Amino acid sequence: MKKVQFKSSYSQYIFLAPQLLILLIFLYWPIIQTFRDAFTIQDAFGFGSYFAGFDNFLFVFSDPSYYTAFKFTIIYSFVITLITGSIGLLLAVQANKVLHGKNVYKTLLIWPYAIAPAVVGVMANYFFSERYGLLHHLFNNLWGFNWYEDVFDAYIYVIIAGSWKQISANFIFFLAGLQAIQKTVIEASIIDCKSNIRRFWTITFPLLMPTTFFLIIINITYAFFDTFGIIDTTTIGAPGSETKTLVYKAYIDGFKGLDLGSAGAQSILMMIIVLIITIFQFRYIEGKIHYN
Amino acid sequence: MSFLELQNITKIYPNGTKAVNETSLNIDNGEFVVFVGPSGCGKSTLLRMIAGLEDITSGEISLDGNIINNIDPSERDVAMVFQNYALYPHMSVFNNMSYGLKNRGISKDEIKNKVNDVAKLLEIDQLLIRKPSVLSGGQRQRVAMGRAIVRNPKIFLFDEPLSNLDAKLRNQMRLEIKKLQRQMGVTSIFVTHDQTEAMTLGDRIVVINNGVVEQVGTPKEIYSKPNTKFVAEFIGSPQMNLFQCKIENGFAKISDMQINLNNSLNIQDACIGVRPDDILISDQGEYSSSANLVEYLGSDMIIYSSVGGQEFSCKLSSKINLKAGDNFKFNISPSVLHIFDNTSGQRV
Repeated sequence: MKKVQFKSSYSQYIFLAPQLLILLIFLYWPIIQTFRDAFTIQDAFGFGSYFAGFDNFLFVFSDPSYYTAFKFTIIYSFVITLITGSIGLLLAVQANKVLHGKNVYKTLLIWPYAIAPAVVGVMANYFFSERYGLLHHLFNNLWGFNWYEDVFDAYIYVIIAGSWKQISANFIFFLAGLQAIQKTVIEASIIDCKSNIRRFWTITFPLLMPTTFFLIIINITYAFFDTFGIIDTTTIGAPGSETKTLVYKAYIDGFKGLDLGSAGAQSILMMIIVLIITIFQFRYIEGKIHYN
Repeated sequence: MSFLELQNITKIYPNGTKAVNETSLNIDNGEFVVFVGPSGCGKSTLLRMIAGLEDITSGEISLDGNIINNIDPSERDVAMVFQNYALYPHMSVFNNMSYGLKNRGISKDEIKNKVNDVAKLLEIDQLLIRKPSVLSGGQRQRVAMGRAIVRNPKIFLFDEPLSNLDAKLRNQMRLEIKKLQRQMGVTSIFVTHDQTEAMTLGDRIVVINNGVVEQVGTPKEIYSKPNTKFVAEFIGSPQMNLFQCKIENGFAKISDMQINLNNSLNIQDACIGVRPDDILISDQGEYSSSANLVEYLGSDMIIYSSVGGQEFSCKLSSKINLKAGDNFKFNISPSVLHIFDNTSGQRV
């Protein structure tokens, strides 16, 4: 390719400016602001603020509801990763086998991915509505479902609401992963191994490991951050603060409770958690994966 | 009863394509049979039906006395070597070779012995702990062969296993496959589109075109007595010369050239074939032409010429001094001619 040479020394900055501005305004400025908030205490009416050192962090650590949100976020991301991953994989394997109408299945299974989380939440609202919710009635008949008061029931509510859309994302990537496996490798294994299930676990699944690893990260990130809209349109954290994710709690404390200091401290803690998870994943999981 | 019997095998794909049409074939125990034909002729489909990777639309396949139409591929006791080797990329060479045995419930010690023996035979015993991704094309090919051999199957199926190798390695592997097959005496079917591979490897060759078997025979039979025009053109390199002509009272007329066929045939629309090396160039030759192009191949050379607008080639020793543009005289003996009826494509 031919290298384009600019005569003027600042025209490249003009080309970069729009992108840099977006980064500065929407990424770096908020980060700096967050750090500033985390280390200052501001009165609720915005009349004054003072440097507080680690007081905000100490406050967060002494707050039992932070641990509740922490516990919920971990459980939530683990369960969502597991559910969306396994259902997505199951659907992808089945859709890959279909001979007739393959595209119809594919399209229908991918559709939910295009729906915004808040809209998914509103839809889940209908399903779990006490008056006319299908799932509410189903679960209520089974064991007396009441998500306003029962933590377990509330978990079920937000897990179902949060998983549905993400199953599509998993489906797409697993299907692509399956189609990337050489057909003849599968055929060779058909001659070598009679059992479908055994063949899946010894050949197909190991070959899907790069996809699986990628999806684990995507799913955890989704459960951590993108479920905000779902929580906000379903349980709003109820019962009590039992179904607040860390992101949702930071938002509530900062913008509803107007405690920007605590919200800033929580954001920084969350950043550290994500950092640890990422390092862990790359260190311990990726080493065991075979890339073609 | 033959070892492998194909009876009226037909394959029609869901989209209506007829890949294989009413094919019947008998293969004896220990025989090395080559399916050869242009791409898309149905030779691979036929092989895959024997392996069980493709459903059989109609007809029957029996192996060693048992009808295997509805038997699972893993229980047919066949082993297949694929064009792209199809090694399991996440497994070591050892695991690649032992996978099929493990799934058949063979003991660990026995697997180890078998894999080691075969690895030694194929000279890949140093590679057993490696992954396929670090192996060269030739090594992968050996592992793929090893994976098939270690199973000790009733029949080997080769699906163009040499086409991904470079020319030198291909010749070497070809010899090796032939040697191994002789040594082990296992019935083998080898699919290829390369007529040289077919000629050199096969005890018998099956020439397939458009899903139909054109001819079955030893390499010699196929070369010296092609049954159809298609076989005549497909087998032999350089290609057989085919002259469109009219045969009257045993004389073939190719524009102003007349060849005495020493018979009393009368065919309106005929075609006579002469192998390029059956055209004898000599100063006493009955016919004459001029060389349009000369290809020098070392010991041989090929002369491209034409008669009455029909191009032909002759292969001769490069010791003869002939340049492009030179005139030359040649003879065609009636005994080396292949006569085909153009309407049926069959040999007369």
